Amino acid sequence: MIYEGKKKIWAEYQKEIPEDHYFYVRSCIRQSFFPASEATFLDITRNKLGKDIFETEHHTTCGGIAYHSDTIPQETVMTIIARQFALMHKYGYENYVCSCITSFGLYCETMETWREFPELQQKIAENLWKTCHLEFAKPKFLVHASDLVFKYRMQIAAKSKFKLVNKNTGEPLRVVEHIGCHYSKMFPSKGVGGAEYPYVLVGMIEAWGGQIVDYPERRHCCGFGFRQYLIKSNRGYSLSNTHKKFESMEPFKPDMIITNCPGCPYFLDRWQYVIAETEGKTYGENGHGIPVFTYEEVAGLVMGYDPWDLGLQTHQVSVEPLLDKIGIPYDPAKKYLGKNGKYLGEPQKPQCLK
Amino acid sequence: MKNNILVIGGGPAGLEASAVLSRMGYNVILAEKEKRLGGHLAKWDRLFPDQTPAKEVLDGLLDGIKDVKCFTETDVNSINLLDRSFNAMLSNGITILADAVLLASGFDMFKAEKKEEYGYGIYEGVMTNADMEQAFREGKTFSPAPKAIGFVHCVGSRDEKAGNPACSKVCCATAVKQAIEAKELYPDANVYCFYMDLRMFGRHYEDLYLRAQKSGIRFIRGRVSEVSETAEGRLLIKAEDTLSSRPVKVTLDRLVLMAGMRPSEAGHKVGRQLNLSVEEDGFFSARDGFLSLQKSKLPGLFYAGACTGPKTLPDTLHEARSAAMEIDRYIKENFRK
Repeated sequence: MIYEGKKKIWAEYQKEIPEDHYFYVRSCIRQSFFPASEATFLDITRNKLGKDIFETEHHTTCGGIAYHSDTIPQETVMTIIARQFALMHKYGYENYVCSCITSFGLYCETMETWREFPELQQKIAENLWKTCHLEFAKPKFLVHASDLVFKYRMQIAAKSKFKLVNKNTGEPLRVVEHIGCHYSKMFPSKGVGGAEYPYVLVGMIEAWGGQIVDYPERRHCCGFGFRQYLIKSNRGYSLSNTHKKFESMEPFKPDMIITNCPGCPYFLDRWQYVIAETEGKTYGENGHGIPVFTYEEVAGLVMGYDPWDLGLQTHQVSVEPLLDKIGIPYDPAKKYLGKNGKYLGEPQKPQCLK
Repeated sequence: MKNNILVIGGGPAGLEASAVLSRMGYNVILAEKEKRLGGHLAKWDRLFPDQTPAKEVLDGLLDGIKDVKCFTETDVNSINLLDRSFNAMLSNGITILADAVLLASGFDMFKAEKKEEYGYGIYEGVMTNADMEQAFREGKTFSPAPKAIGFVHCVGSRDEKAGNPACSKVCCATAVKQAIEAKELYPDANVYCFYMDLRMFGRHYEDLYLRAQKSGIRFIRGRVSEVSETAEGRLLIKAEDTLSSRPVKVTLDRLVLMAGMRPSEAGHKVGRQLNLSVEEDGFFSARDGFLSLQKSKLPGLFYAGACTGPKTLPDTLHEARSAAMEIDRYIKENFRK
C-alpha cells in the first residue's frame, strides 16, 4: 500500500463544507436502529462545538426507501425533496445536512437531474406550490452529516478524552471503514475522497488515533441493498454479501468497524449473529464479533460519552471488549437501564456469539 | 539556398521524416522537448510482433538524422504563420523561419492512476506497460519471482468513463508480447490477459497470439472491475469472464495495465497557437481522411504519426515518409516557381 498514492486521490476529491449554519434532516430508520446517534450528532455539534444546526419536526422522509424499492414515481419523490429544501429556505438556511446516506444520494441525484433537465425542475416547483404552497429553493451546499463530522474531526480530537488506541499495547486500533454505497459511488465528486478510496471516515479515524485497515471487499455492499433485504426471498443474498465482507476482512484482524450509512451498521452488526448461529463462526477475538459503530457513536466514545447513553447496548455484537481495550469506563449494571433508570429488559444470549 | 523545415517532435515520426527531408536536401531543424530523442520508442525494450529490440530500430532512425540540427530539451515557445513562412521561437532562444512545419508531437500515455479502481500508484504490484518495458530494458527481475501476473487491455481506451471511447490500436499486441516475455522470464508463473476483444490485425500478430496460447497464457474475455490488496500484500483482481458469464477472482503478484494513447499536451500547446483543429478524440484533424492525411488545414503545416490518432510504429514511419513527400511537393509548388 502506497499511502502517498491515496493522498493524491484524496487531494482531487475535496468538497466545500461550510463551517456552520445548517438545516438538519433526520433518517427514517436510524432512530430505531441506533437511537442515540442523531441525538449525539446534535449534542456534539450544538452543545460541544457551538454550531448552529437547526431542525424542524415538519420535515418528512425523503422518499428514498420507496424510490429504491420501485414503489413511488420519481416526480413524487422529487416533490417530497423539493418540500424539504423549501422548509430549509423558509427557516432561513442555505446549507443542508442530512443524516441518511440514501437521502444524500437521492438529493444529489435529484439536484443533478434538475440541473440537466430544467423543465423538470420547473414542473416540480409547480407541483410544490400546488400541493404545499411553498417556495421552491435549492441548497447552496448539500452535505452528509459524516461530511460535517469529518470537517469537525480535529475540533472533536481536541476535546477527546480517549484515543482509538489499545491501552495495553499503545498500538492504534485497527479500524475497518465502510462507506454507504449512495455516498459517493453514484457521484464521486460529491464525497470527501471520491468513490474508490473515500476519505471521509478515514480522516476521522486518523484524527482520533486509529489505523485504517484496507481489505479486498472494502468496496462491497454491506448486504442491505434495499431489494436484497426488503424482498424476503432475497435475504439470503443480503446475508451472503455481509458474509463475503467478513470473510475478506477476517485475516486483517480488525478491532472495530465504522460506518456512515443507516443500513450498513445494522446489517454488519445483526448478520454477525446470524452467521454465528448458523455456521458457528465469529470474527472477533475469543468468540466475540467485530463491533460495528456509527461515526457519531465513535465521536461520542472518544469525547467521553457514557457508552450506554450512546445506545451501544442496542448493538447485537457486544462492545465491552473494545471499551476495555481503549480503557473507556462503563457500568455493566446500567447497560439495560433507560435514560430514566427504567429497566429496558435484556435480549436472549446467542449461543455462539459472546 | 536550402529551405528550412521545422520538425516538432523527435519521436519515430519526427526522426524518420527529418531523415527523408534531409536526404532530399532540405535544411531540417528538429525540436524535441525531452532530453533524448526517440519518444516512447526510446523507453521500450522489444517491439511486437517479432520482438525486435527497440534500440535497433531507434539506432537505425538516429543514423538517418546526422545532417539534421537537433535541439533536445527544447520547447516551441511561440509559433505563428507569417506571409508564407512560419516564425518559431524555441525555448533555447533560437528563432527559426521555416517554410514548412511538420508536427510530429506523438501521444501521451493515458495516466493509469485515473482508473482509480485499478490501484496504480496505490498498490505496489500494479504497473503500466511502460513500467514493464522499462523493467525488461533494465534487465530488472522481480524478487521473489511472481507466481501470477495479469495484463489488463484497454486501460483508458474504449472507455467513455475515462473520456476516450477510441481504441489505442497497439495495446492488444503489446499485452500479448509482454505476456509472452513475462512467461519466458517467469516460466512457473500463471499469466493472464484480461481483454475486451483481441485486435490482432497486423501481419504476424495472429502468430503472436497463437504463440501466447501455446505457451500457456490464459486469455479471459472481460474487464477487470477492481483491484485490492490481500493480507499477504498480493493483488486480488475482480473481473468478469464474459464467455462463461461468470465473475472471476484471481490473486496475482503483478498487474500490468495497458495504458492507451492520449493526445500530446505539448502538441496541443503548439496547435493552440496556430488554431489547429482537433477532433472529438482530441487528436489533430487532418485536411481529409483519405487523400490529404498528412496535411493540416493550414498551408505549410503537416502532420505525421500519432498526433492525428493512435498508430503502430510501422504506420507511423509510413506516415513520416509520406509527410516528407508532401512537404517536398509543397515547397516545390510554392517556393521554387
